[in-house]
Amino acid sequence: MAASPYLPTERFARWRKAKSTAVTCVLVLCALAVIAPLFLVIYFLIVHGSSSIDINFFTQLPKPTGEDGGGMANAIVGTMELLAMASIVGVPLGVLGGIYLAEYGSDKANDWLRFAADVLNGVPSIVWGMVVYLMLVVPFKTFSAYAGGVALGLMMVPLVMRTTEEVLILVPQSYREAALALGVARWKVIMVIVVRTALKGIATGVIVALARIAGETAPLLFTALGNNFWNHNLKEPIAALPLQIFAYAISPYDDWHRQAWAGALVLMALILALNITVRILSRDRTHNH
Amino acid sequence: MSTLPEAPSARASSDPIRVATTPNSAATAGLPVENEEVAFDIRNFSLWYGQRQALVDVTIKIPARKVTAIIGPSGCGKSTFLRALNRMHELTPGTRLEGSLRHFGSDLYGPGVEAVSIRRRVGMVFQKSNPFPTMSIAENVLVGLRLNGVRDKAVLQERLEKSLHMAALWDEVKDHLNRPGTSLSGGQQQRLCIARSLAVQPETLLMDEPCSALDPLATAKIEELIQTLRQEYTVVIVTHNMQQAARCSDRTAFFYMGKLIEFGNTRNMFTNPGNPQTEAYVSGRFG
Repeated sequence: MAASPYLPTERFARWRKAKSTAVTCVLVLCALAVIAPLFLVIYFLIVHGSSSIDINFFTQLPKPTGEDGGGMANAIVGTMELLAMASIVGVPLGVLGGIYLAEYGSDKANDWLRFAADVLNGVPSIVWGMVVYLMLVVPFKTFSAYAGGVALGLMMVPLVMRTTEEVLILVPQSYREAALALGVARWKVIMVIVVRTALKGIATGVIVALARIAGETAPLLFTALGNNFWNHNLKEPIAALPLQIFAYAISPYDDWHRQAWAGALVLMALILALNITVRILSRDRTHNH
Repeated sequence: MSTLPEAPSARASSDPIRVATTPNSAATAGLPVENEEVAFDIRNFSLWYGQRQALVDVTIKIPARKVTAIIGPSGCGKSTFLRALNRMHELTPGTRLEGSLRHFGSDLYGPGVEAVSIRRRVGMVFQKSNPFPTMSIAENVLVGLRLNGVRDKAVLQERLEKSLHMAALWDEVKDHLNRPGTSLSGGQQQRLCIARSLAVQPETLLMDEPCSALDPLATAKIEELIQTLRQEYTVVIVTHNMQQAARCSDRTAFFYMGKLIEFGNTRNMFTNPGNPQTEAYVSGRFG
């Protein structure tokens, strides 16, 4: 066969195609391996948890082992209360810190602040729990919902701060100049023009931070402690989904194990819902610009 | 263009407003026509960005209620000059300046003078239209007033209409004042930004190449608008479009390499410039 010298031989072409197919397969397997845990988590939660989810789970207090019914209503509400308290602590501190980083601080100070925020972001959550235990539990001689909220809120601060900074920097300088040229004071320009323009991005950052802390157990162990009953006083221990799951999962009882699975499923659904909210918010943002 | 002021004939031989300046003769440069009210009285003004000197010993008297065009090649300092007139250049870190700048007699850089209060009196329109994306047309116009504490609904409504009328935008937007400012066309957005600047009732309006992002029709509308603004406002416009300077300004200042080369009646500057560099620039031989 008088093949052109520029065309590969039949054998070479087949070998090249085989290599290409092999590498593609490896890459596809890697991609599957990356997303497989998510599906495994959802699969196991649904298999083990869905059977125990009924109306009682959302409306009743935990019951002693052996009794029918019983739920985690107090833990679900407790988690919501803790997230609300965490937001009260974490959002103002984080957002104002982010505003400082983006609008005010000098380059040198900002470098240090960013470094500190990144280190804080990496502080193990159990350490947060211990610090807040020393700060708020020991002096007041009681575990409390407040302490749990503060521990979670402090964890939010560096996350909210960095995302706020990032979205504020994305606001075009021309809006700041236009507002300043109207003779508007700088802080008003920042609060009314810049922050308002970036509000969706800031909200996204807050929700990402909430999703991140919603499932934290360790910071609550020495602070919120957990509670088998309704909490009527934030100065007292409060139930939270992750704590309840932890307590039930290490118990020796099968019915509590099933409840723990159900609790994990609800917690996962909550975090998934938060993440979907983030997706919707971010999509709107890209459409607007 | 029909009302170009003439230099007084008695001094026509050495037209005082058309003195070519060199840094050392700057003290005598830029004199106004006698009895003419001066908006900006600027003497020996120099400005540095860090080590780099952007403006060198500029002395100029910009007349009130007239349109003054600033022309010159890119990097000649014309935008820097404009931004120094309402202290917008202070947003750039590391700037330093010398000399005296007075606006209707008051020192722009005097001790205790705040940039915020100067910008209330000296507004600015930018190259790229920048209506606030979170606000409606009406909110955009009124934002300066609202943020400065004006709450009276009747006042706000009156200013809204007046500003949009002055910016020649009222007829186009009066039926949908609640639509987002960013829903307008490019030329309309720029007129909205002009209305926003006028709403706070400044004495002077600075315009930094306001038409360079617009098509010829939108440009013609803005130029027409500048002609009406002249009756009440002092307008200083930076442009790299020499036809625009010739069409819509009373006075023209030519900057080159940070220096004010020549300042005079627009008609003289374009037909009979006193400085060979000006002549070379306006005839298109460089820049």
